[in-house]
Amino acid sequence: MSRRVSYREAVREALREALRADPRVFLMGEDVGRYGGTYAVSKGLLDEFGPERIRDTPLSELGFVGAGIGAALGGMRPIVEVMTVNFSLLALDAIVNSAAMLRHMSGGQFSVPLVIRMATGAGRQVAAQHSNSFEGWYAHVPGLRVLAPATIEDARGMLSAALADPDPVLMFEHAQLYNSEGEIPEGAPPVVDICSARVRRAGTDVSLITHGGCLPKALRAAEELAAQGISAEVLDLRVLRPLDDATIMASVRRCRRAVVVDEAWRSGSLAAEVMARIMEQAFFDLDAPLARVCSEEVPIPYARHLEEAALPQVAKIVAAVQSLMGAAP
Amino acid sequence: MNTSAAGPPQGARAPSGGSAAHEVASVGAIPPAPPTGPVPWDKPYALAVLTDMLRIRRMEEKAAELYGEQKIRGFLHLYIGEEAVATGALRALAPQDNVVATYREHAHALLRGLSMDAIMAEMYGKQEGCSRGRGGSMHLFDRASRFYGGNAIVGGGLPLSAGLALADKLSGRAALTACFFGEGAVAEGAFHEAMNLAALWQLPVLFCCENNLYAMGTALARSEAQTDLCAKAASYGVATVRADGMDVVAVLAAMQQAARQVRQTGGPVFVELRTYRFRAHSMFDPELYRDKREVEDWKTRGPIHTFSARLKAQGSLSEPEFLALDAQAQAEVQQAVAFAEAGTWEPVADLLRDVTTPPGAPA
Repeated sequence: MSRRVSYREAVREALREALRADPRVFLMGEDVGRYGGTYAVSKGLLDEFGPERIRDTPLSELGFVGAGIGAALGGMRPIVEVMTVNFSLLALDAIVNSAAMLRHMSGGQFSVPLVIRMATGAGRQVAAQHSNSFEGWYAHVPGLRVLAPATIEDARGMLSAALADPDPVLMFEHAQLYNSEGEIPEGAPPVVDICSARVRRAGTDVSLITHGGCLPKALRAAEELAAQGISAEVLDLRVLRPLDDATIMASVRRCRRAVVVDEAWRSGSLAAEVMARIMEQAFFDLDAPLARVCSEEVPIPYARHLEEAALPQVAKIVAAVQSLMGAAP
Repeated sequence: MNTSAAGPPQGARAPSGGSAAHEVASVGAIPPAPPTGPVPWDKPYALAVLTDMLRIRRMEEKAAELYGEQKIRGFLHLYIGEEAVATGALRALAPQDNVVATYREHAHALLRGLSMDAIMAEMYGKQEGCSRGRGGSMHLFDRASRFYGGNAIVGGGLPLSAGLALADKLSGRAALTACFFGEGAVAEGAFHEAMNLAALWQLPVLFCCENNLYAMGTALARSEAQTDLCAKAASYGVATVRADGMDVVAVLAAMQQAARQVRQTGGPVFVELRTYRFRAHSMFDPELYRDKREVEDWKTRGPIHTFSARLKAQGSLSEPEFLALDAQAQAEVQQAVAFAEAGTWEPVADLLRDVTTPPGAPA
């Protein structure tokens, strides 16, 4: 038996489960309480758990993310919600200089069991300062684990695994996914790992390597390609740090061609990192040069047609694959 | 040596700026009168306090010397001149309290209970150091004494302290978090955000502002439109206390009062401790921003010799007793240096450890 839930509901259920299971867990962030969450993820949780555990914060990203780190050091299991990845830049110091480094610079004495959730990504015409995909930046930093739940199952299951991790975990929820729906089993919540990539659609001709909000686009592209007789595999990275090299290389070796689809800007992107690893580890298994579909190198524009043009789209993915197949020996 | 000679060692001073200093801010130019008056403590307690300050002073003088010998590298920020602050402040804390400090934290670590051996070995970069040689001078940590660094981003420790206090509050633990920071941190957003969070949520944080008048080389009046630091804290509804940070008696009294208030109300208190750094900001600082004369004037208020003079005046300390305590401190330093020298380098094969928590390790 399974039931149909939205991504938003799945995250909310995961939060509720965590709050019920462990008194050390609390949620804090801007408008998570009375407002019900900017994306309505935490709606209703204030009534159930009260203002101590569903804690509204001032607009102080550096302050409350830093406080989350301190609370984690003090034995709590905080879940800090940052409204969007763009705002997380105000807390970059706390995340990078403190959360990621404390264990190492204390010689292994202090871990930081903190979960930071934030919305990422574009596609809603919210323009330049609310539309970025900076998860790749965070994936640069040793000491952090970076997750990108793209399916309902991961939206429901990743949080408990993240809370069980003794080190800081960042969860990037693509804002375009909150309304997406899917099936999860009735009863016990799905158990998922936070260390591996997952093949979401099997294929043999080309591997589409992606994560987060680009996963649905890659799956639609695979549909279109199938109609043209091209069998595309879709690999959901899920975990952006540490990257699951083994699963990436297995997919590349199977398909012998790969297109990386990443909503971040191309230069210095996670896509670049994935491609470099493929070159290092699977170069001789390739039948064609690697390709990628990323955002155009422009701040995300407001106007709908320009925003669409700036982002990875199904048609761009299909075209990139066609071009690769044409380049095949 | 006599009580006024706890000065710089030979050959380890940073080069002086000489007369090139210009626009010296008036805030530091004229020190207030040296602390005087009776010390309201019995002799054993007074001598224990003096011992604390001597241990800090001798440890740091040695560290400066070792820096000159290239045994200690990187950044080394000395606390010399400011000893009364940490000495008075740490004595107002209880074992269950948390301490968050800055990159000028050797004194706080030592008085919180870290062994001088472990501190010295850390400065050497040896794996017997308190942070296994991964942190160095700026990142001393100790889980056992709830000493949370050793934070080298100015202001970075302030939000952490609010969070540690939040954890205590949510867990129902009767503890406070003492957060040390310099007056330079007051310019950071982190200060204001943490101050607001602590007041808004009524968190038991004891904010200890070590105002040594210069943020590296920038005098307070050259960086802040409002130089009354207590007024800034008060604007968040945080109670404030100000004390002479060169007078260990005044520091301890102010800190005890402030700590009591934090424990009673559960809310934050801000303490400004005005002090002065006798040495350069770090070993790379040529001190172009302040006049040598100003430094010499402030040295007449040195926390160790003024305290010693007061104890002598009231018959609580003799010169032989002082010399014995000083010799004891120097012996501890010698032992710490020997420990650090005998320490070992962590194998390069272990380079990647402690980036994340290994399975099964206590979080």
